[in-house]
Amino acid sequence: MNQQPLNQQPTSLRSDLKIIERWIQPNSQVLDLGCGHGDLLAHLKTEKQCQGYGLEINPDCIVSCIEKGLNVIEHDLNHGLEHFKDSSVDTVVMTQALQAVRRPDILLDDMLRVGKEAIITFPNFGYWRTRFYLMAKGAMPMSKTLPYNWYDTPNIHMCTFHDFENLCRDQGLTIVERTVVDSRHTESLSTRLWPNLLGEIAMYRVTR
Amino acid sequence: MPQEIPANSVGVVTPQIAIFNEPLELRSGKILERYELMYETYGELNADKSNAVLICHALSGHHHAAGYHSTDDKKPGWWDSCIGPNKAIDTNKFFVIALNNLGGCHGSTGPTSINPATGEPYGSDFPMVRVRDWVESQARLADYLGIEKFAAVVGGSLGGMQAMRWAIQYPERLHNSVVIASAPKLSAQNIAFNEVARNAIMSDPDFHDGHYLKHDTIPKAGLMQARMLAHLTYLSDDAMGEKFGRDLKADQVSYDYTPEFEVESYLHYQGKKFSTTFDANTYLLMTKALDYFDPSQYYENDLAKCLSHAKCKFLVVSFTTDWRFSPERSEEIVDALIEADKEVAYARIESEKGHDAFLIPIPRYVKLFTAYMERVAKELAL
Repeated sequence: MNQQPLNQQPTSLRSDLKIIERWIQPNSQVLDLGCGHGDLLAHLKTEKQCQGYGLEINPDCIVSCIEKGLNVIEHDLNHGLEHFKDSSVDTVVMTQALQAVRRPDILLDDMLRVGKEAIITFPNFGYWRTRFYLMAKGAMPMSKTLPYNWYDTPNIHMCTFHDFENLCRDQGLTIVERTVVDSRHTESLSTRLWPNLLGEIAMYRVTR
Repeated sequence: MPQEIPANSVGVVTPQIAIFNEPLELRSGKILERYELMYETYGELNADKSNAVLICHALSGHHHAAGYHSTDDKKPGWWDSCIGPNKAIDTNKFFVIALNNLGGCHGSTGPTSINPATGEPYGSDFPMVRVRDWVESQARLADYLGIEKFAAVVGGSLGGMQAMRWAIQYPERLHNSVVIASAPKLSAQNIAFNEVARNAIMSDPDFHDGHYLKHDTIPKAGLMQARMLAHLTYLSDDAMGEKFGRDLKADQVSYDYTPEFEVESYLHYQGKKFSTTFDANTYLLMTKALDYFDPSQYYENDLAKCLSHAKCKFLVVSFTTDWRFSPERSEEIVDALIEADKEVAYARIESEKGHDAFLIPIPRYVKLFTAYMERVAKELAL
């Protein structure tokens, strides 16, 4: 399984990561699940003096993180977060990996066992283009955000804004903040008004 | 030696001896009045002496880690794949020190050395040494060479335990600890394997309570058995299957008990070679050092508490088919480092080579190790 199925390329900090950065306190302890090439962690380290660990399974990503001077631990998220004790970090971040793990519900629960707060981003399957694709073509949607075939996609648990909020409610979690961005990772008035329809990537900040 | 020395080899190297006349009090309470350490160095020590890397060897290792001793050598040092110009431990940047540990049988003071009290070889009278004693003696070697702080202390297996011990014992004297295919302490199974090996040696009639040299003999058969057994634990089932399968040396079975499967013949060859080049008392001593190693025992058996004393950064590496020190054992170290809020990078390398993988230049392993050491050089502006 690939925990960083989307946005593999290191770039200057993506705008969704900039939103995440706003949600993270300076000098806090951060755990990044599926940290990829470590862009977020590196940024938080230099800009916000955050301490942190990244979990990753992609060998090239692990090397990138080492080069950046980051604490990267090779670990499959499907095995939970047993490396970490209860309430051992301030914020657990997982960008674009929730839909790729075997049991998102269990992992979400584990994230809030380890962290005081969790930040989660995922591709919104309720996005209008995705809906339209399925309706018009009768085939599993593919797009720039979802570039895989149904049979080889690492994204095995696609969900919508509503689905995720239902899960949070079932688990008794509090949504502190949410936002959606389009494929260019920018916010707009329309995505704010009709998030589940117009938001391509969902971003949530939750606590227990 | 190859026809020509490869460009990325450290070339022909000459071992050196450091003599220490200051007594060393060992963990056991015994005192070594004087001792010698055999070592080799590769690369150049820079002006501010900040580029030194210490290589700690495993059970049967020694000071000859890279390059060749003479043009007649068939093989280079035991970790030549990772030490040399433009290799993972790049001798263009680092000054590398590899030594033979105290109690060894490759030139450092050990059971085959002359006991000044008797004028005869120590034999089994050589005091048992523990990992912390090795670290102490290595620190003295560092003093002798004028090195205050290592850029990195690096080791695989038992060597990794020394790298870990360094971080706890001399937190101010290293920037990085590289712990490869190691464990925070031995399991009951690990100790059991060691005991079978020791028993094989000690029950050899030529052992003579460890004073075999006085009797002009060596416990060859016992040491051979010990090595054959240990060798099994270094390889994975898959690695052995791939290397030997059920291949026979002859076309058909011979209905006798001489080695006839390739795997038997290989083990006999390895065992025999080892039994004439390695000292049995050193083998006993090294396995005991392994068994005793457990730095957390002084910290309420809490490894995180123990490692909280460390000030260096860590690289921990494990190999998937290593069942002697499995990835889970390395992850115990990683978990404790995380709990202690230490800087750590960890990789679990896919390999079918078993414990031996740490000596094999597996591309992903070498790439990762190289990246880490380049980072070390960069951070220290080497």
